[in-house]
Amino acid sequence: MTTKTNKELQALAQQFRINVIKTLNDKGTGHWGGSSSVAEILTYLYFRQMNIKPEQPDWADRDRLILSKGHASPMLYAILEEKGYLPEGTLSSFREINSTLQGHPCMNKTPGVEMSTGALGHGLSVGLGMSLMAARNENPFKTYVIVGEGCLNEGQSWEAIMAAGKFAPKDLVLLVDYNKVQLDGHSKDIMPLDPLADKFRSFNWNVAGKTYNGHDVDEIEKSFKWLSKQNEGPCVIIYDTTKGKGVDFTEDTHTWHGAPVSDDHLKDALPQLKSVLSKWEDE
Amino acid sequence: MENIAMRDAFGAALVEIGKTNDKLMVLDADVSSSTKTGLFGKAYPDRFFNMGVAEANMVDVAAGMATVGYRPVVSAFAIFLALKATDQIRNVVCYNNLNVIIGGGYSGLSDSFDGASHQSITDIAIMRAFPNLTVLCPADANDVEAALRQALEIDGPVYIRMCRNPGPVLDKNPLTIGKADTLVEGDDVTIGACGLTVPMALEAAALLAEKGVKAEVLDMASIKPLDREAVLASVEKTGCFLSVEEHSIHGGLGGAVSELLAKNKPVPMDFVGVEDCFTESGPYDLLMEKYGISSSAIIEKAQALVASKS
Repeated sequence: MTTKTNKELQALAQQFRINVIKTLNDKGTGHWGGSSSVAEILTYLYFRQMNIKPEQPDWADRDRLILSKGHASPMLYAILEEKGYLPEGTLSSFREINSTLQGHPCMNKTPGVEMSTGALGHGLSVGLGMSLMAARNENPFKTYVIVGEGCLNEGQSWEAIMAAGKFAPKDLVLLVDYNKVQLDGHSKDIMPLDPLADKFRSFNWNVAGKTYNGHDVDEIEKSFKWLSKQNEGPCVIIYDTTKGKGVDFTEDTHTWHGAPVSDDHLKDALPQLKSVLSKWEDE
Repeated sequence: MENIAMRDAFGAALVEIGKTNDKLMVLDADVSSSTKTGLFGKAYPDRFFNMGVAEANMVDVAAGMATVGYRPVVSAFAIFLALKATDQIRNVVCYNNLNVIIGGGYSGLSDSFDGASHQSITDIAIMRAFPNLTVLCPADANDVEAALRQALEIDGPVYIRMCRNPGPVLDKNPLTIGKADTLVEGDDVTIGACGLTVPMALEAAALLAEKGVKAEVLDMASIKPLDREAVLASVEKTGCFLSVEEHSIHGGLGGAVSELLAKNKPVPMDFVGVEDCFTESGPYDLLMEKYGISSSAIIEKAQALVASKS
């Protein structure tokens, strides 16, 4: 497969947004805000960064990705389908009875899902376990864990951050989808996390020197260039993102954490999403 | 009879198995000198992980290790595994059916002087409610090694519940997952026991025999899967069942047997265990006596059950 350009990745991520919002409208259930927020980060990981073989999902040396913010499952599923882990059209069975696509990711039902998530706060601990064992492999793989604010509210995440600081696995990478909105409101009102980078530093993490724009593929590329130069782990990259990105009435508001997408909403949202897609495709 | 603590057997078995099984990883939550996993840590420092007092993280780290093909054993006090890591055991280890062995030490009332905060009397109820989890309550030191070796051979998670204090090494078959072992045959009353209540039940059966009551004693270390056939065959003979456990009478071994018999063969039952209350500090033997877990309590309830049949 030819390497996609940054603009092609931007377009791809935007296409995934369209696939996801159509699915959520069709099913009347699912989390739009957090899915849209993580679109470019996930797209970059699967189409540029990770060493994976979709035709062989259990390949031992594959890089691992844990979507600890499991409610963003629709975005993960859209990507897994495009990568060939899932048969074409699988996304349309999202959250249906007997579906391979559970409301939150399930590793035993969905090929390509490395860890079942949904209850927040588990992902980093699991990723730490994976990376500690990866270090024993002849070909150490990388373990990427994606968290949002909700995960970082959980005490277990801080147990894991503390333990990762102790064991310092080189190939453990935490990616924070920092959209600053959670289910009940803005994080500054619900449970503030700032100064977040300082917290990680004080737990002996290797923290990227700046916060990257998590919707700009050029910026995401820079963040992984930073990562490629690091010899000490664990590493954390914080991405500045927008919950509900791409649709004016869903951006930066908790009301679109898990609200159903009505036909009227979709009618309003699609032209917005498609016009940005056209922009990336035309460039 | 020789007395050995289950934790000593656990530590020694881990070291022995570690000689040949390089996939064995051991994690402890800052109690490795108590649970004796520290012996493994000393022998194989590169395969031992002291995770600090953070049981939730420890269980999920082990789950991550299991996904990469390793066989992690997590160790801590039973109460803290069952209560502080419930979500991790349920949502990650059991839901994904991962090969994680959960070694719960200091179970029941055995952390006697530390008091109610450390006494684990609801762990069986919690653990056996989770699909995919095998729940074992060994009766002696030999059972602990047998449980560990079998747990490492099967697919899926296993909980092994261990007493803190030295107990007798019994003249019996070692634990087999899924099997109850008939230690004494009788046809008046079935006494199903697990853990350190097994020797207690044997003592009670001997005293009952002197009173002319023929008790059948089942060692029910395998609480899940429960040996349905053995229980049903025994109550077919005896017509009543008394469960004995160092646990709340709610949801433990007695609960498991009740569910089986209520559906398949309702017979009079009674339960020896901690009533619906919190316990306290004190010497182990006095605590067990005070909270109704004793051979005299077994005898009294067994006799009442037998009488209720006529």
